[in-house]
Amino acid sequence: MALLEVDNVHAYYGKIQALKDISITVEKGEIVTLIGGNGAGKSTTLKTISGLLRPKEGRILLEGKDITELPAHQIVTTGVVQVPEGRRIFGQLTVTENLDMGGFTCRNKKLIKENIDRVFGLFPRLKERSRQVAGTLSGGEQQMLAMGRAMMTDPKILLLDEPSMGLAPVLVDLIFETIQKLNDAGTTILLVEQNARMALGIANRGYVLQTGVILLADSSENLNKNEMVRKAYMGES
Amino acid sequence: MTHARSIWNNGVKTGIIGGVAVLIISLVGMVVSFNRRDIIFEFIAMGHTLLLMTGILIGYTAAKKTTATTTMVKCFNAVVASLVTFSFLALLVIIGNAVNLRAILVNASPMLYKALTLGHHDSAAGIFIILGIGLLCGICAAVLYSVPTAVRRITITALCSVVIAGVLQDLLRPVLLAWGPMSVISDFLFAGNGLTAAGALTVILVIAGIMTVWNFKGDDVKENYQHFSGGTQRGIKIGAFVLLACVLLILPQIVGLFLSEVLTIVGLYVLLGLGLNIVVGYAGLLDLGYVAFFAIGSYVTAILTSPELGFFALNFWQALPFAVLVGICFGVLLGIPVLKMRGDYLAIATLGFGEIIRILVLSDALRPWLGGAQGINKIGKPSLMGYEFSQPQEIYYFILAGCLLVVFISMRLKDSRLGRAWMAMREDEDVAQAMGINLVATKLLAFASGAGFSALSGAIFSAKIGSVYPHSFSVFISINIICLIIVGGMGSIPGVIVGAAALVGLPELLREFADYRMFVYGAALVAMMLLRPEGLWPDVRHKMELHKDESVAEEPQVSTAT
Repeated sequence: MALLEVDNVHAYYGKIQALKDISITVEKGEIVTLIGGNGAGKSTTLKTISGLLRPKEGRILLEGKDITELPAHQIVTTGVVQVPEGRRIFGQLTVTENLDMGGFTCRNKKLIKENIDRVFGLFPRLKERSRQVAGTLSGGEQQMLAMGRAMMTDPKILLLDEPSMGLAPVLVDLIFETIQKLNDAGTTILLVEQNARMALGIANRGYVLQTGVILLADSSENLNKNEMVRKAYMGES
Repeated sequence: MTHARSIWNNGVKTGIIGGVAVLIISLVGMVVSFNRRDIIFEFIAMGHTLLLMTGILIGYTAAKKTTATTTMVKCFNAVVASLVTFSFLALLVIIGNAVNLRAILVNASPMLYKALTLGHHDSAAGIFIILGIGLLCGICAAVLYSVPTAVRRITITALCSVVIAGVLQDLLRPVLLAWGPMSVISDFLFAGNGLTAAGALTVILVIAGIMTVWNFKGDDVKENYQHFSGGTQRGIKIGAFVLLACVLLILPQIVGLFLSEVLTIVGLYVLLGLGLNIVVGYAGLLDLGYVAFFAIGSYVTAILTSPELGFFALNFWQALPFAVLVGICFGVLLGIPVLKMRGDYLAIATLGFGEIIRILVLSDALRPWLGGAQGINKIGKPSLMGYEFSQPQEIYYFILAGCLLVVFISMRLKDSRLGRAWMAMREDEDVAQAMGINLVATKLLAFASGAGFSALSGAIFSAKIGSVYPHSFSVFISINIICLIIVGGMGSIPGVIVGAAALVGLPELLREFADYRMFVYGAALVAMMLLRPEGLWPDVRHKMELHKDESVAEEPQVSTAT
């Protein structure tokens, strides 16, 4: 049984159809990436999974249990946590307070403390800056904080929306290393990226989306070799 | 060349702005009517003080703003700016003498010219007097600019203290007169409708003395305080708290009837402000229909206690929980339809709700139940163990108790789990949801608790007045409360208290100038937003937000999108 299963999902923004019959499966321990251009429906897919957008048709299953109808804040407690696009950390809170906020659903203070230590273990940079106001962190550190905050609930699957967006190339490398590290530590990851080359570099499998439809679904290696993918998303002629 | 340009760019331009300002001040009649009161008795009047302060401020701004580097040029800028400012007044007097402006500008009266020229309005000497005063202001500004910062701060504070003492004489005199021996001080400080010359001098010297000592010893004191053990520090804090409590407790006995009345009004606004502070300051939901819950609280109390309608005849204490409960219910009721709205849209929707309630209580259709335009009278007064709260001085304690309760609840809420959820929601609704915060429940709780506080103050208000009328619940009350929160500092509990004192208490004290209330109000809000957008007593986080640019050096962001 797959960890996460998106089953023939159709989603709309008002009358405009954003997702047409999307089916995705993510196995436990995998990194799966969704690639595609602007408006392909990558972020919409994540929103549909995390409950911010309701699908009109289709189901979303987590470990075989239907979570389609759950409100967004309850989906978080089932272990599906999204890191929203554009970092969006709480700029006025300190790093530790941001992490605290990530553990909002957890009422056990001791567990929160443990989780903070765990996140600091994953991101030593954050520990150095634990008392700094988050708005004053660099872009890369803010992205780490956003991921660390999502890790506070010890999620089964992490939904990452464009983690490399707006970062300098050096930091993009760092972020992807971090994603790999999170995965090595046992977190399943569904990664949405415009930077197809980097994404396919660390993912096990990938889906190529275009205007709300899945064009291709294959292993990263095969997608990397695919001429269409190379032309359209990696800038090769 | 560059000097000439600096003077044109700064001195003259700033002067023109100042000139327009003093013209407006004069032509709306502020100078003449403020002159009825003296700051220093038979020496300087309030209207004149206002003009002088504007002149000096303009001169100082010009000196500070200029790009010129030499002190000489800067000072010259200041003099030019003040002179230009006052030349506008000179021009007004010249034109006013030649043509009758009164047909259009009602306040351009001989009285005004007389006030502006210190009595020489029909001779050329008057013009020179005005320009001379302008020059004097400029020189003062230049001197203030050139002296060291510490000296400047002390001088400005001391002079402002005199002005404040003069303006607030109605507040200070009864306080000083209340206790026999203190009346000597009052007689020494005040005479006629202002301070005495000796009194003003004393105020200046005392304030300057305190400031100077603090300047030299302040750091030592702070350091000593740091060195105290935790227990001593806590002791000092508790001592300060007890002192504050004592002052609050005996205040109405000292200040007399009128000021107690003012205090009760301020107290009511503090209650209202703390409630709205939860909705706007904590949860970030801009609610402009807040007066609706105030009205609901008042009317529920009225309906339940007034024998006039004859439905119920509960006493105040029995009615109070119902008032709060109904308020909370309406808070949730309003919350449900506007759950999905954000920002401006929410503001407009809530504005509508406020008006609906006001129109409902005004309507003839509901007259048998709500009293219509005539309102409801004979509302029960609260009593405790046979003792009835009816005089302002007694109601004061009642409101004080309410305020303390609400301050306590606000403080606890702020640090609670719910408070954190509100804060997350205020910062970013989507992320808050992604953290597992139930937006629906969190929003409704914010509306409900705000509404509950508002209904509580409504109940107290109706008991205090003894009657309710629809016109007491206009949209201006909502706007007033929003303003006092913003001026005080969003999300800050002491800020709400300071804001209520400044925006509600001060206008009550300066009733004789009520004509200019809205004018000063508007000007103060604009100045506030420009100079201190975080509020008078800001919440730490909001302060950080507004001054972020000064501390953050974000690294350049390079797009890596393919």
